[in-house]
Amino acid sequence: MSAAVDAAARAPVVEIRHVAKHYVRGGQIVPVLTDISLDIAAGEFMALMGPSGSGKSTLLNLIAGIDKPTAGSLRVDGVEIAALDEGELADWRARNIGFIFQFYNLMPVLTALENVELPLLLTRLGAQDRRERAEAALAMVGLADRVDHYPSELSGGQQQRVAIARAIITDPTLVVADEPTGDLDRKSADDVLALLDRLNGELGKTIIMVTHDANSAARARRVVNLEKGELRAETVPAAA
Amino acid sequence: METLKLIFRNTLRHKLRTGLTLLGLVVAILSFGLLQTVVDAWYAGAEGAAPNRLITRNAISLVFPLPVHYRDKIRGVEGVKAVAGANWFGGVYQDVKNFFPQFAVEPGYFAIYPEYRIKNDELRAFERDRKGAIVGRKLAETYGFKIGDTVPIRGQIYPGNWEFTVQGIYDGAEAKTDTSQFFFHWDYLNETLKKRFPTRASQFGVFVVQVANADDAAAVSVAIDKQFRNSTAETLTETEKAFQIGFVKQTEALLIAIRIVSYVVIVIILAVMANTMAMTARERMGEYATLKALGFGPGFVSTLIYGESLAIALGGTVLGIALTFPIADWFGRKMGTLFPVFEVGNGTVMLQAACALAVGVIAAMLPARRAATVRIVDGLRAIG
Amino acid sequence: MAIPLRYTIRNLWTRKLTTLLTAGGMALVVFVFAAVQMLDAGLQATLVSTGQDDNIVVTRRSAGTEVQSSVDRVQAAIIESQPEIAIGADGQRLVSKETVVLITLPKRGSGVATNIMTRGIGPGGLTLRPQVKLVEGRMFKPGSAEIVVGRSVAERFDGAAIGDAMRFGGRDWYVVGVFDAGGSGFDSELWGDAEQLLQAFRRQNWSAVIARLTDAGQFAAIKARLEADPRLTLDVKREQQFYAEQSEQLSNFITILGLTLSVIFSIGATIGAMITMYAAVANRTGEIGTLRALGFRRSNVLLAFLFEAALLGMVGGVVGLALAALMQFVEISTLNWQSFSELAFRFTLTPAIAAKTIVFALLMGFAGGFLPALRAARLKIVDALRAA
Repeated sequence: MSAAVDAAARAPVVEIRHVAKHYVRGGQIVPVLTDISLDIAAGEFMALMGPSGSGKSTLLNLIAGIDKPTAGSLRVDGVEIAALDEGELADWRARNIGFIFQFYNLMPVLTALENVELPLLLTRLGAQDRRERAEAALAMVGLADRVDHYPSELSGGQQQRVAIARAIITDPTLVVADEPTGDLDRKSADDVLALLDRLNGELGKTIIMVTHDANSAARARRVVNLEKGELRAETVPAAA
Repeated sequence: METLKLIFRNTLRHKLRTGLTLLGLVVAILSFGLLQTVVDAWYAGAEGAAPNRLITRNAISLVFPLPVHYRDKIRGVEGVKAVAGANWFGGVYQDVKNFFPQFAVEPGYFAIYPEYRIKNDELRAFERDRKGAIVGRKLAETYGFKIGDTVPIRGQIYPGNWEFTVQGIYDGAEAKTDTSQFFFHWDYLNETLKKRFPTRASQFGVFVVQVANADDAAAVSVAIDKQFRNSTAETLTETEKAFQIGFVKQTEALLIAIRIVSYVVIVIILAVMANTMAMTARERMGEYATLKALGFGPGFVSTLIYGESLAIALGGTVLGIALTFPIADWFGRKMGTLFPVFEVGNGTVMLQAACALAVGVIAAMLPARRAATVRIVDGLRAIG
Repeated sequence: MAIPLRYTIRNLWTRKLTTLLTAGGMALVVFVFAAVQMLDAGLQATLVSTGQDDNIVVTRRSAGTEVQSSVDRVQAAIIESQPEIAIGADGQRLVSKETVVLITLPKRGSGVATNIMTRGIGPGGLTLRPQVKLVEGRMFKPGSAEIVVGRSVAERFDGAAIGDAMRFGGRDWYVVGVFDAGGSGFDSELWGDAEQLLQAFRRQNWSAVIARLTDAGQFAAIKARLEADPRLTLDVKREQQFYAEQSEQLSNFITILGLTLSVIFSIGATIGAMITMYAAVANRTGEIGTLRALGFRRSNVLLAFLFEAALLGMVGGVVGLALAALMQFVEISTLNWQSFSELAFRFTLTPAIAAKTIVFALLMGFAGGFLPALRAARLKIVDALRAA
């Protein structure tokens, strides 16, 4: 059975209905997204592609709960996140979303271990528990020997792997990645993508990835295309 | 010209940062100016002294009086043009806080102080009223004394409740003349003392002596003191300036402390300015590297930084100095008669400018050096 | 606080130069703030320790200082006969009828002629001041032209060493001893025999009468009686209060000037802190966005930056206080305007001053960090991330 059929068989973890987003710039209304409706099933590995200005990052931001839609409904795991207030949204993100950024966004003054531990500070776990989980996560991404290094002492690829460890440490519902390989050389990019593959395949994590790199998109099971704020035809990359 | 434009535009890039730094500079330059003026005001009494006036007092200390008959003996000394006796009254007007100098003086006193300008009719009214008083313009303004007002003063050295009638207001010939003083008749003091405290009558606190020729001041001083050596009340005669300075010198420790503190505020703002320039330069390291890559020399990069630092310093100086005058004016009026003369001196203004210039230069030194010597590749890596 | 302390501390440590300059500026302000208070505390301590709580000073009414005061022999006898006056070991009333004058001595080094308080004491004079101890030489012989000098006078003035002769009042006076008055105002005085000084200055009346009460609680009774007596025109004050009042003008001046300066200086230092914190927020905008995305609240961000600013203030406060503490080794001498004579005193650090200083430093930090912290907290997540 094809991956798309597999996905459809499972319940959608993200339900987007008629979502629109616009900004007001100097008195003018600038539309970014128009009437987006989309389902994402649990365990999917989805790529969001499109030319610059297509609104793909904006859509990712809405799904991740760091921005709010101007209209429409957005349900993640049954929760209407458009209706949550700022405080509730912050708590929701801490429990449900794992972030991976293009430029890693690690705290330069914290070690790898402390960076990975950061999301756990928002939970009730004790120091000992936090430490153990962080070490486990770093071991999983192959950086057990770099726990006390500062980001400035790590290569780009290693920093991104730390970021991935940080993204999964709270066992979130969704992992969102905005151009995860955008700043990496080919070898490091492949390492990172392989890691994402494992997260999806072995751990069943739902991954939504914004990218304009065909190589990255090839790893995904489903590709959603955006152009000028509207959905275009979906494509399915060649089966792995 | 292009360089200047570049420097100027650079200062406007970070409006908040530049604005705050400017504000800090203005506050610092202003404080510095005010403190220096306070110290100057302390010495102002000595500045107002005339070179042809001497003060004769008891050699032991000011606390001891001199007998009345000394006056004629002093008058007889060669080189002496005029003598008048005076007593420091030291009373309290309403509250101890309302301090101003009060003197019981002989009739010839005002002739020796020509810089106290009194209208003829007021002087004559004073001479006719034995309880009359002549007050200075600044004193009159501070407490609202008008001609004809009765001023009650509680004596501390000469006990009792005394009352005087304002018969004249004197103005100073120059800005630095002290117009905060209160004069009344020594005769009135003395006749009262004869009745109540006879042992304290017929005595003067000091004699003010006018010499015919200012060059003879030292010689005449010695001659006067020689007259009274080995008597029951030996005298010490000195120029009026030396006499005034004598007071100030006894509070020297405080004045030195205030001067030091005024420079402390400059150091504080230097730290702030140096911080601003260091941060600014660090953030623009990429730009400096780019300029150098394009072929501009390290001197050019240095100039940009020094220029920006000096531009801010200049702005702060101009504003700070401009504000010093109105604020000093307000402060001087608030202090009332405590500081009879409160003027911002030219020396102070020059010091303010010099300090601001120094701050502008020193703050830029380290960042300018770093920017000038940065390797192009290191600097470019700093971008993004 | 959710955002770890480590984050704040290490950020300050990373930008060493900036942290140093900003905290340094604050340290200087704190130094001035603390030093001025210490100066005033030292002045008060000196004058308060000049008095015993069971001694009284009787002067002519409304005379502010002993120099201005005059008490005649009849009045002195009446005072001495009051029942509240204690009786000494020798069976005599514990009273000292004193005459006080100012003489001038040249300051060592600069030679500046300075007014020195010279006190003629009665037989009970030394007993009434238990804090005064002879440390060199011997006490003057009553009825002679001998004098003893206070420690501060011996150190700071020429012609005041044992064996020196001073000339005033038409005769020579011989220095035979140095006394230590425990840091009180007496350290700046010369003492001699009251009757001798009276004669030398051709005075009839005493300046003041100092007396010991049988019990400190007797003060109200003796004050009421003496001040109500129509034959007398006297003021009765506790010795401590008498000397405390003499410092009022100088103390006021120091306090007002000091406070004004501290406020103005603190504006400068706070501006420095504000500039630094605004830059910190600007440089870490991306980090702020990331933290918010991860789930940290606006309040967490606000507190983290406020804490950073407060920590800067704290560092400045501790350094400034430490520097001010060093001033305790310095002794200041100046003219006390009210007594018109030289007074030497030290900088005194009290726990209250230390506490006030630290609070002041923290407030400066908060004041400087508040607006920048607010800006950090109000950033929108997407804007902050875009700026990274």
